Amino acid sequence: MMPKLNASNAVAALMCAALILLPVYSAATGNIFILTLFTRITIYALAAASLNLIMGYGGMMSFGHAAYLGIGGYAVGILAAEGIGSGFIQWPVALAVSALFALLIGSLSLRTRGVYFIMITLAFAQMAYYVASALSRYGGDDGLTVYKRSDFAGLINLSDRTQFYYLCLACLFGGLYLIWRIVNSRFGLVVQGVRSNEQRMQAIGFHANRYRLVCFVIAGTICGLAGALLANNTDFVSPAVMYWTRSGDLMVMVILGGMGSLFGPVVGAIVYLLLEELLSQFTEYSGLILGPVLLLIVLFARGGIMGLLGRMRRG
Amino acid sequence: MAEALLRVDNLVRRYGGITATDNLSMEVVAGELHAIIGPNGAGKTTLISQLTGQVMPNSGTIRFAGRDVTGLPSYKRSRLGLARSFQITSLLKDFSAIDNVALAAQAHDGHSFRFWGNARKERQLRATARAALERVGLGKRADIVVSQLSHGEQRELELAVALATKPQLLLLDEPMAGLGVTESARMVALLKELRKEVTIVLVEHDMEAVFALADRITVLVYGRVIACDVPDAIRKDEEVKRAYLGEQHAVTRHG
Repeated sequence: MMPKLNASNAVAALMCAALILLPVYSAATGNIFILTLFTRITIYALAAASLNLIMGYGGMMSFGHAAYLGIGGYAVGILAAEGIGSGFIQWPVALAVSALFALLIGSLSLRTRGVYFIMITLAFAQMAYYVASALSRYGGDDGLTVYKRSDFAGLINLSDRTQFYYLCLACLFGGLYLIWRIVNSRFGLVVQGVRSNEQRMQAIGFHANRYRLVCFVIAGTICGLAGALLANNTDFVSPAVMYWTRSGDLMVMVILGGMGSLFGPVVGAIVYLLLEELLSQFTEYSGLILGPVLLLIVLFARGGIMGLLGRMRRG
Repeated sequence: MAEALLRVDNLVRRYGGITATDNLSMEVVAGELHAIIGPNGAGKTTLISQLTGQVMPNSGTIRFAGRDVTGLPSYKRSRLGLARSFQITSLLKDFSAIDNVALAAQAHDGHSFRFWGNARKERQLRATARAALERVGLGKRADIVVSQLSHGEQRELELAVALATKPQLLLLDEPMAGLGVTESARMVALLKELRKEVTIVLVEHDMEAVFALADRITVLVYGRVIACDVPDAIRKDEEVKRAYLGEQHAVTRHG
């Protein structure tokens, strides 16, 4: 099946091409800042894409998604602090711990719906935040410096800016491809069906919560990967990455870009973080402008930026 | 005689002070079309919801195909071959008609923890779904999103979804609700066809349809069974006339 040629697909294709070519531009102009900025953006885009899987496709409004950023990051940071520098150990541990955490909070919070679900996921993330703050051995409130980035036995050098950028980009594209496959699979249709009408799905023979839980765990695991990348990017991990405002940022990226659209969270992450970066050069109160922008999107473009573009026929 | 396909014994369901199902017992024999009638608020939908497991009874038992299903959740009953349509149309509104039916077929084709292959390209699921759509006359509307279908088409789609689960027993909650005259006639014709293949419990207000289709009729008033018999006997039953048909002379006239 050929993808339809419309504005949103064109934007997605252009965006991917630009992301791939960005290091070339950076090298040619000597603009290192843009490369570090976009490294951060791709990591957040991966986190937002994982949130989109449960929020956009699964209808689960998790308000604690940043917890996995912290858990993935701390897994890397703590192992590094304990002298285990190999990425082949750090990263699988980061993914496994994130998956376990998602399994735990998912199996409890998925018993509830609506506002209660939002509050419980938020409460669990805040709990993770306070636990991290109390880890005095690993920096407590002040956070934990990662003195050496994950070591992949010479396969790839994470301290090289360009290589690290491409690793992040590969993880983003890999994550998006995985989500795309999942969304169109039998499993994905069930999850979206439950979002649409849970009672109906039960009546035709699906144990709805079992599918929702597995989806929740997949999303948490992908976000844990983003956390491992983030700790390597900043050489630092602190409780602040898990704070509820971070979860809010991720939600905003998803809504801004377009819930339930594959590339929506990527667009959302780019627009949100670029705006934040640009506005912070002029004012401390970037929220004063970001807030109304988000409000307008929610009020007038329910499908976010991608939804707006999708409605335009061939641009 | 072999055990009934569905057997309900002393079922009770209370909502606060109201007893919606009051010590109700009934049987549905394999192969029959069993209609349940009763005035508004008689507890018909509550009964159907207990049969399918959306509502749990306070006491009593439900046996289906020789098995006690009283405590089973709805998704497990569906796997045993119990399907329902909803009085108020309940579909996946943002999915196409064929997706709705294909998901029902998928639910009865092993587990759905398959994460990779494109489910919309699975020939067998699509073929089953298409056949069910053809069956109810929606073959040409397969790719239309449900929210774009007319009310009558949505009622037919409800039926196609139930059929795709290959049920032994089909519980239809007012399939004619809100349908026009021609649409109703089409639905009656369709049910006449379906009853040859599957046992049906039909809850319906359209008396003409009920008396035209039913092998047996159970009359419900205030959650209790006041009569259960063949249509002719129901028409003559004094208690039924007093309790229920008295207000709706239409039935006696159609006789």
